[in-house]
Amino acid sequence: MASAAAGEKQILKKDMITTMKFDLFSRRSAKEPANEAKEKTEMLTCPSCKNACAKDILRDSFFVCQACGAYVRIPARERIKLLADPDSFQELDADLTSVDFLSFPGYQDKLTKAKESTGEKSAVITGTATLGGVPCAVYVMDSRFIMASMGSAVGEKITRLFEYATENHLPVIGIPCSGGARMQEGIVSLMQMAKCSGAVRKHSDAGLLYLVLLTDPTTGGITASIAMEGDITLAEPKALVGFAGRRVIEQTTGADLPADFQKAEFLLKHGFVDLILPREKQRETMTLILRQHQKEAVQ
Amino acid sequence: MTAYEKLKTVRAAGRPTGSDFVNALFTDRVSLSGDRRYAEDSAILGGIGYLGEQAVTYIAIDKGHTLDERLQKHFGCPMPEGYRKALRLMKQAEKFGRPVICLVDTLGAFCGADGEERGQGQAIAENLTEMMGLKTPVISLVIGEGGSGGALALAVADRVYMLENAVYSVISPDGCASIIWKDAAKAQDAADCLHITAQDMVNFGVAENIIPEDFDHFETMCGGIKTLLLSHLNELCALSPDELLSQRYQRFRRIGIYEENGNTVK
Repeated sequence: MASAAAGEKQILKKDMITTMKFDLFSRRSAKEPANEAKEKTEMLTCPSCKNACAKDILRDSFFVCQACGAYVRIPARERIKLLADPDSFQELDADLTSVDFLSFPGYQDKLTKAKESTGEKSAVITGTATLGGVPCAVYVMDSRFIMASMGSAVGEKITRLFEYATENHLPVIGIPCSGGARMQEGIVSLMQMAKCSGAVRKHSDAGLLYLVLLTDPTTGGITASIAMEGDITLAEPKALVGFAGRRVIEQTTGADLPADFQKAEFLLKHGFVDLILPREKQRETMTLILRQHQKEAVQ
Repeated sequence: MTAYEKLKTVRAAGRPTGSDFVNALFTDRVSLSGDRRYAEDSAILGGIGYLGEQAVTYIAIDKGHTLDERLQKHFGCPMPEGYRKALRLMKQAEKFGRPVICLVDTLGAFCGADGEERGQGQAIAENLTEMMGLKTPVISLVIGEGGSGGALALAVADRVYMLENAVYSVISPDGCASIIWKDAAKAQDAADCLHITAQDMVNFGVAENIIPEDFDHFETMCGGIKTLLLSHLNELCALSPDELLSQRYQRFRRIGIYEENGNTVK
């Protein structure tokens, strides 16, 4: 048993290396020149040392900061490229976007800026893909888009993804990262937590796997819903995951909080995370977990 | 009354708390304690009682009256064990075929280091998925403040009622004002922007009924609530478990306003 598992791991590792090389090659050849120029100039800020790193350089090193080694937050589409088999990702509901239906101060402006700076229409990307050949549904949240807060558009896309996965008997990989519910959509955004949770529940009742990878930062209403509803919960090292904000807790209770408070390691210690996975291991381990949940008969 | 005045009203001392409503609505009660995992949280009252002739499980967030009570109950901000206790009583109600009545009145889930250590987010999340699958009718009444996820964790229900001045919000207007304008004093503006009143809830499909407040005739007012609860429970108990869950799913499924292919979808 043990040796078979080790063998499987090695195959996966090899597989990962070849697909990564292939992915890099295919990406370069398929890129439109205009996009290339735009992407080259895009800089991502390291959340730890605040160093600005060029996205196309970071891409080759799992988005690890060149200056301090910390994990830089990965834009959603880049995250999908790192995980999914090359050319396997098929996006769903790409056109869905937010509406400022409360005429909330500054919201329209925030939406316009987020769309311009990211090229995305909402804070989550959903679709189907394969990992090591295993089909799955996937959502990835993008912190560059209004801190990936969840309003109607995000809630609707995630709900539809779980409904699609239930109908098509697919496992779901969820990669949350969010400031919580989007207050600019008032109570309607709070209700998205219940709406998504209903779809997660139906998917679960159908005997299907929901695999979560917690990334930095995941807080508020997302921690209190989809981020904590997985069958298996993985986390990136040092990712901040919590319900109430650290500063709010310090101000309201005067508590002296430990340095690792609400970090992935803190959640692991208190029993809320299954496993902390460094980026270079994520694809391999997540593929293995998907395989473990395929419903093929025992040989 | 403006949204902010309503917020002030429901936060004012002297307003009936969860325990007052429990006393007035349910007879022959047995109160039940503890989450069987870690502790008892007195911010959430729970038990079995009668609504007229109907045995029900009641779950009520209670802010307390005296300062001692309020401190003990964290001013009605439940700990994870409070939400886990609520879930235990809901599952128990499902087992014995009792409807569940939840009374909501909270600033929000408790905000503190111990709550985080014990998984405040996970506790709320679990209530959301479990309530979505709970095969017994659930009706929630927001009797004062419906504070964000801490309120929603007791309000994934088949019907939601709002007291006339009750509010329900994704974030406290004070918190919202500090984020948007870096000034908590602008909570009045935030309360308007957030649309937190009972009428707003009916407009967005978040609540079905608004209950007029008459605290000078509290017993009579609660008599009216009893009648409404019983008539809705009659409708809900007539449904098969599958129909009940399907309607509950759809009740939340249809909430959302977004744009798709150039059209606004409501």
